Amino acid sequence: MLMLAYGVALGLTLGLAGSASSMKDQAVQVAVARAPQGPEALLVNGLLEISRNHLDTAMNEIDNAIKAYPNFRLAHLIKGDLLLAHTRPINTIGDAPNAPRQRITELREEAKARLQRRSQNRPSGDIPKYLLQMQPEQHYAIVVDVSLSTLYVFQNVNGEPRYVTDFYISSGKNGAEKLKEGDQRTPLGVYYVTADLPKSRLSDFYGVGAYPISYPNEWDRQHGRNGHGIWLHGTPSDTYSRPPHSSNGCVVLTNQDLTALGKTLQVGLTPVIITEHVEWVRPDDWRALRNDLSNQIENWRREWENRNTEAYLRYYAKSFNGNGQTLAQWANQKRRVNAAKSWIKVDISSVSMFLYPGYGNLAVVSFDQDYSSSNLSTRMKKRQYWINENNHWKIIYEGTG
Amino acid sequence: MKKSDFAALLLLLALGIFGLWAAADELQDADSLFKQGNNAQALDKVNSYLANHPKDAKARFLLGLIYTEQNKAAEAIKVFTALTQDYPELPEPYNNLAVLYAAQGQYDKARIALETAIRTHPSYAIAHENLGDIYAKLATQAYDKALQFDKTNTTAQTKLELIKELFSGSPRVARAAVKTETANTDTAAAVPASVPETQQTKPGGVGKENQPVATSSSGDDTQDVLNTVDAWAKAWSKGDVTAYLAYYAEDFKTPNGESRGAWEKSRQERISNSMPIQVSVIDPKVTLSDATHAKASFKQDYQSKILKSTTAKTLHLVKTGDKWLIQMEQAGH
Repeated sequence: MLMLAYGVALGLTLGLAGSASSMKDQAVQVAVARAPQGPEALLVNGLLEISRNHLDTAMNEIDNAIKAYPNFRLAHLIKGDLLLAHTRPINTIGDAPNAPRQRITELREEAKARLQRRSQNRPSGDIPKYLLQMQPEQHYAIVVDVSLSTLYVFQNVNGEPRYVTDFYISSGKNGAEKLKEGDQRTPLGVYYVTADLPKSRLSDFYGVGAYPISYPNEWDRQHGRNGHGIWLHGTPSDTYSRPPHSSNGCVVLTNQDLTALGKTLQVGLTPVIITEHVEWVRPDDWRALRNDLSNQIENWRREWENRNTEAYLRYYAKSFNGNGQTLAQWANQKRRVNAAKSWIKVDISSVSMFLYPGYGNLAVVSFDQDYSSSNLSTRMKKRQYWINENNHWKIIYEGTG
Repeated sequence: MKKSDFAALLLLLALGIFGLWAAADELQDADSLFKQGNNAQALDKVNSYLANHPKDAKARFLLGLIYTEQNKAAEAIKVFTALTQDYPELPEPYNNLAVLYAAQGQYDKARIALETAIRTHPSYAIAHENLGDIYAKLATQAYDKALQFDKTNTTAQTKLELIKELFSGSPRVARAAVKTETANTDTAAAVPASVPETQQTKPGGVGKENQPVATSSSGDDTQDVLNTVDAWAKAWSKGDVTAYLAYYAEDFKTPNGESRGAWEKSRQERISNSMPIQVSVIDPKVTLSDATHAKASFKQDYQSKILKSTTAKTLHLVKTGDKWLIQMEQAGH
């Protein structure tokens, strides 16, 4: 009489490749490998127990998840299925008769996203290739994988990013790659946390807090992307989590997770890199990438300091744009300025280098520039976008950071 | 359960059912009174019987039923709980406990009680059916929590309302244990497995077929009576006590012989405590005895916060002016 055909339902609703059983085995291994903690682990274990037809154990897991987080809607949905299975066969997640289709679909997507997150084998020791170099003051870097509904936290350990944790997130209703105001997409790019808005300044919609990020950045503006108000923020008090694709472009975390994340964020410093799919690289490859770009930056600096203006200008790409200046305008100005100097000294420090997601040959480089010369000295924060053309890194944008 | 205990239980039940007619007379009376809706008198009888037979399972069960009917959930729960402790092998007290818990919205307690009933009596049909209802109810609650993202979303609400509608029937109270003497087929399924097969006993309570309905000359009166009965059931369902009481004649024969005032007061309390109530009149038949007297017999389907029951009922009506008013209410036909 008791029948809950999630074994099939998981395979069907999740649409995962491969046979249901191999998917299950893989998921089981992951669940065992990771210490089962937190509501998501309980929920996923519950789903796996259902697929193994251990309905009592499943109910235990789900009940524990609900006990810890009474607003965990997805857990309530699964509980409904487990209960209803006592009266009739249940064939799919959220088999509530006459329930609003949209809500059910969203919760199924959340189940799918959470299960996928859990069954994803992050290659141990691998590094998201974007994090080429964090500056010493940056304690953490954030990488968001929109396709996996996951936000990763990496700690800066002596210049090397080390995985700390990851969280389930919701992103834009209409997917990723924000282009314009109101398109309800999450932007892809390299951004920074720009503010820390406490709960007291926010409506309940944003939950326990919000961290605006720097969309649109220099690159976005140059490419005509607009819109504003892309935040990392929490969840309304009446729900534990939101469906994977439900925001207007923001990255939404549960309130518990946002609170934990908040401890790692530094306003004006912490990079938030949002990508469709994270590309992971072996540490050796990561080092090679880093050294390559870092050497080019050092060469650029040295040519400038040595007043080898033509060699220095060769580090600028043809399509260079320096706050509205074309390469020719920029070159003329630099030639004039440099010629007037008897000496130049350029120190750069606190260098960070982040590969731009979705390009493969674009990097955002930021540093403190200490410039002195025979007739002028300045200290400034600088930001450059470097592009790799025919195996040569060149500057395509330069401005203050 | 040890074999000897089981034998003792069988004996006990057998005694309760076949034997001790003399001693059981009082209990039978109590049972009859209860079935006629005469709860106050039934309570007196059963209490007086219990004074001499304090352990008697049947009497205590009946006591629990009377309390349930009287809307005294706490007392009823106490009685049935004690029964489950003294006779853990009897499924009916568990079942009724479940019904009472369910009426209070304590579905988890109800579920545990029913599962206990089923553990001892895997074939106990009513408990299974009730358990199904409870699970459906619990499932609906869980789905509600999962889906009521925004309570102002009317689409979500009406659709969810439909789910509630499907499973809203409150589980019925098992009457099996008290009905054994007059066992009729529709309770047979509920007879617990441990109760020995009883001989099909006297058909005392089975109603006679009614006389064919009135002739054409009295067609208007018949229709008026039918309309009156419908309106009476509607007023009752709405909990409109004033309108409901207005359907009773001045000389209405109160069920326990109490004063009209006392009876009205008890009806008032009973109805307001049991809302929501849904009374349906099924298959009514009208017999006109003379120009001003009529009998309306029907199946009364009653469903309230507390209880769901289907009983045969006959109303004796008298024409007063141009209105038909109830003079007497009778259980059965």
